[in-house]
Amino acid sequence: MTLTNLIIILVQAGILVNLMLVAAAYMVLAERKVSAYIQNRIGPNRVGPWGLFQSFADVFKLYLKEDIVPAAADYKFHALAPVIAIGVAITVYAVIPFSGPLVTIDGVQYGLTMAPDMNVAVLVVLAMTSVGVYGVALAGWSSNSKYSLLGGLRSSAQMISYELSMGLSVVGVVLIGGTLNIVELIEQQAANGWNIIYQPLGFIIFLVTALAETNRAPFDLPEAEPELVGGYHTEYSSMKFGLLYLAEYANILASSAIMAALFLGGWDAVPFVDEAALLGLEPTSLPMVLMGHVIFLSKAFLLVFVFIWIRWSLPRFRYDQLMNLGWKVLLPLALANIAVTGTVILIIEHFTK
Amino acid sequence: MANVTENTESQRMTFWEKIYLPEIARGLGLTLRQMFRPKFTRQYPEERWIPEGSYRGRPVLVLEEEGERCVACGLCSRVCPALAIEVRAGETTQEKERYPEKFEINMLRCIYCGFCEEVCPEEAIVMSKDYELVFSSQEEGILGKDKLLVPVAQLQERLEFLRQWR
Repeated sequence: MTLTNLIIILVQAGILVNLMLVAAAYMVLAERKVSAYIQNRIGPNRVGPWGLFQSFADVFKLYLKEDIVPAAADYKFHALAPVIAIGVAITVYAVIPFSGPLVTIDGVQYGLTMAPDMNVAVLVVLAMTSVGVYGVALAGWSSNSKYSLLGGLRSSAQMISYELSMGLSVVGVVLIGGTLNIVELIEQQAANGWNIIYQPLGFIIFLVTALAETNRAPFDLPEAEPELVGGYHTEYSSMKFGLLYLAEYANILASSAIMAALFLGGWDAVPFVDEAALLGLEPTSLPMVLMGHVIFLSKAFLLVFVFIWIRWSLPRFRYDQLMNLGWKVLLPLALANIAVTGTVILIIEHFTK
Repeated sequence: MANVTENTESQRMTFWEKIYLPEIARGLGLTLRQMFRPKFTRQYPEERWIPEGSYRGRPVLVLEEEGERCVACGLCSRVCPALAIEVRAGETTQEKERYPEKFEINMLRCIYCGFCEEVCPEEAIVMSKDYELVFSSQEEGILGKDKLLVPVAQLQERLEFLRQWR
């Protein structure tokens, strides 16, 4: 790897990370706006037109606050937890396929995606969401507070339980595609129709488990305010709290993007239609790639809206209901989904060959 | 306990209610409809609320052309449960013979109960529509005659309300 190569990759990473953090900050604004509209209010509208600079005001406020660390807390791990949370949340973006490459420098193609052709991308996503538990559990434990500890424990138990169903619901998609490479999965969907048509149950299971993985309502038990004050981030303040908060939203965007890529056809605009041939353009030409970015991101943000919409519509689950749903409903359903998908694929292969 | 038939909520639910998803879709539909309904927010500093005549805001003294109505009987001061009113009477050559030399209401004590208005025999102290009361010091919260006297024309709505309902 040459020095220019390294610099380009660093710039690429900087752009991606900043874009995603700004997107996460704007999701906080979106959350406040959508919740306001659902409750017949207007929401923030004082900072900038339509309240558009509210996110910057929020982050700036957090940045200027005093950073308080509890006297009995383990300072090193208390400081490490938010870093793990945000680091893991951002790492997932490395494999999210926004669309094709944008520029070619010295014969090497670069796009928004850091690792577009990783052949185990789906596994990386699942692994990274699992590592996210460490940030939460560590934040709860190192704070040395009962509320934080209970929040962290609940959170890790919930995330570990739902990860299983999440992984199994993806297996159906992988069985159909025959690959773990997300780019190849999207290209197959563009040709054969989106996976939500073949895997509606898998999509619903993934959506529910994604809600639980990102600690969103109706599964937001780790931060159930009436019981646990603030959950695992009770003892956090200033930008450490801000990082935990941003990590939560970055996770939501990552889950939405993965869902868009695995089930909703990624950057493909209309299923069963070859858009490039219809418009008379090369599939890898710049207009097509830019259009792919727009389509992929609009799908992802539509799912983000669904996340927010669900949060302001449904009441919180009780802890035993949560565990019942995870282990007694979603896990058997996901296993049945795999069995049915596998059988159908075997039957089709038997008759077509 | 063998012949006790259980009638729990989960047994009363139909199959479609038990799998939750249609009910969740209905709930989501409800919140989506709410998003397009008119908003209740009032843009406060630009868009102020104008109360009805029945509103009990800051108590004020009625000022007529020949001077204030108050005869300094001290009934308001006597009835005030928060001890917010102080009146000192003086003599005048006018027909009413007495006038308040000093009339002070401590707005930090006032509880807007309206007893002063109710007890006043001259309809001289009434509750106004003024609800924006901000002070930067305790001394500023004590309003003297200069701030309490309000021309009768501005209080017509309240006086009519009192005549109709008291």
